[in-house]
Amino acid sequence: MRVTQGCFSFLPDLTDAQIRTQVQYCIDKGWAVNIEFTDDPHPRNTYWEMWGLPMFDVKDAAAIMLELDACRKVHGGRKYIRLSGFDSTHGWESVRLSFLVGRPAEEPGFILTRNELGGQVIQYTLQARPLPGA
Amino acid sequence: MLDKKTPAGEKRSRYSAGVMEYREMGYWQPDYEPKDTDILAVFRVTPQDGVDPIEAAAAVAGESSTATWTVVWTDRLTACDKYRAKCYRVDEVPNAPGSYFAFIAYDLDLFEPGSIANLSASIIGNVFGFKPLKALRLEDMRFPVAYVKTFQGPATGIVVERERLDKFGRPLLGATVKPKLGLSGRNYGRVVYEALKGGLDFTKDDENINSQPFMHWRDRFLYCMEAVAKAEAATGEVKGTYLNVTAATMEDMYERAEFAKELGSVIVMIDLVVGYTAIQSMAKWARKNDTVLHLHRAGHSTYTRQKAHGVSFRVITKWMRLAGVDHIHAGTVVGKLEGDPNNVRGYYDICREDFNPVALEHGIFFDQHWASLNKVMPVASGGIHAGQMHQLVDMLGEDCVLQFGGGTIGHPMGIEAGATANRVALEAIIFARNAGRDVLGEGPQILEEAAKNCLALRQALETWKDVTFNYSSTDTPDFVPTATAAQ
Repeated sequence: MRVTQGCFSFLPDLTDAQIRTQVQYCIDKGWAVNIEFTDDPHPRNTYWEMWGLPMFDVKDAAAIMLELDACRKVHGGRKYIRLSGFDSTHGWESVRLSFLVGRPAEEPGFILTRNELGGQVIQYTLQARPLPGA
Repeated sequence: MLDKKTPAGEKRSRYSAGVMEYREMGYWQPDYEPKDTDILAVFRVTPQDGVDPIEAAAAVAGESSTATWTVVWTDRLTACDKYRAKCYRVDEVPNAPGSYFAFIAYDLDLFEPGSIANLSASIIGNVFGFKPLKALRLEDMRFPVAYVKTFQGPATGIVVERERLDKFGRPLLGATVKPKLGLSGRNYGRVVYEALKGGLDFTKDDENINSQPFMHWRDRFLYCMEAVAKAEAATGEVKGTYLNVTAATMEDMYERAEFAKELGSVIVMIDLVVGYTAIQSMAKWARKNDTVLHLHRAGHSTYTRQKAHGVSFRVITKWMRLAGVDHIHAGTVVGKLEGDPNNVRGYYDICREDFNPVALEHGIFFDQHWASLNKVMPVASGGIHAGQMHQLVDMLGEDCVLQFGGGTIGHPMGIEAGATANRVALEAIIFARNAGRDVLGEGPQILEEAAKNCLALRQALETWKDVTFNYSSTDTPDFVPTATAAQ
């Protein structure tokens, strides 16, 4: 299956040139670009592993793309990788843009478990299937 | 209106029994400087023929504060000057002879902290039926920070909603389940599943979907949450459906909301017709139960649509931000329902900004500080489709919910395809905007390019390409442009 988290998952996978336009947009807005990766794509998994720290002081899109390459060398094709822009201004202090920039070669998806509690109520549990090689 | 005026030259004691003009009773004070702690209101006043505009404005101030139609000695048991509302300014409405903007200041002590029911009972509870007025409209209000701070405000707010959904950088997408009425619970859930699986973030109960012979509310909730769970598993995204908990009594509303919570819904909805007290109660419940609260503005256009008489929707929006809803329907501009672009811009700014500066061109009459009160997500819903995506993003920005009911369910390839078409169109426009393209000018090309990779979008554009709703707006801002320093 295809996990459709993030801002651009319904478009064909972004090329590096395309990713770079979005990185530049974050820089122009004054947002800190951040790279994260995970082997657990559960939608409630908030804390992906950080690749270094948010790049608060990096105003050069090329430098950010180099970091992304470095992350891919280690995790590309094996884990989910996402890129985000963080806005520290008052009223936001949160992520303003987030999108996937890397996927495992195979996405095994999720299992939905139904726990029948009695009567018509079902308690649902969503579990992410382990990624190959995990 | 007043047959017994004090003859000119005769000194009249303020508290002698009898009738006195409102402007003489202290309700017209052109030298009054509004205090930072005053609540301010601006009304559009249309006096009956022969009624003096200042007197009409003073009467509005009087009848929305302490006055009645004759002098009463009991005024003297109070610090009456403090409690009288003061009309401090009256301007003619441009291009509308016979109508006036009356600015009125109310002392903070006139109001109960944290109560929209009290606020509305005070400001609109009495004066609108007043015979000497042909028409009256509450145009805008200013709330001091002292008053804003007495309210909970939106239970969740835009920032935390996005964080809970893990969705950043684009408008959220929704669809109201159609047909409006008649589907059974099981069939209703099918629509929810297809739409969410196809790419929408939310589906929505319609405002009149409560608990009817064709579908009991419990069955709807059960089938909807089955659909939501399946769609989450199919996509890996957080999904939701606005379960409508509007009911006949508050107790019934709580019962429905608790069931929605038990089943794990991230969001519930209510209709404006439940009333201000119920809305505040539900906002309190929503915060306590970590649930997003969606408000459908059912019924508002009975009183918000005509310039001459009623309450402007911008006032309702301000009241609802204080009351604490997280979503409010605020207009689409290009869809099937009334909404002039300038007024809609004003409503969206009221929802989303921490400070609204005066912007007469958008209908904003006062500076309004929100003192970090959470922001409301405006919702655009009503007759919009994928072919308008560039216009919607350009006009409404990204912090909103775009809802395409017919525009999803009416897709020739089915509901899932309709949802996918909308999601692809949106992501393509957002991507292009961020990459520096002119989405308003190049929108149609951007959508065509995206449609090359998406048959569902190709078909949506083809099906609805000629649909527009071009009618004159019944409600547009009235103002005199002021010269800027540069001019």
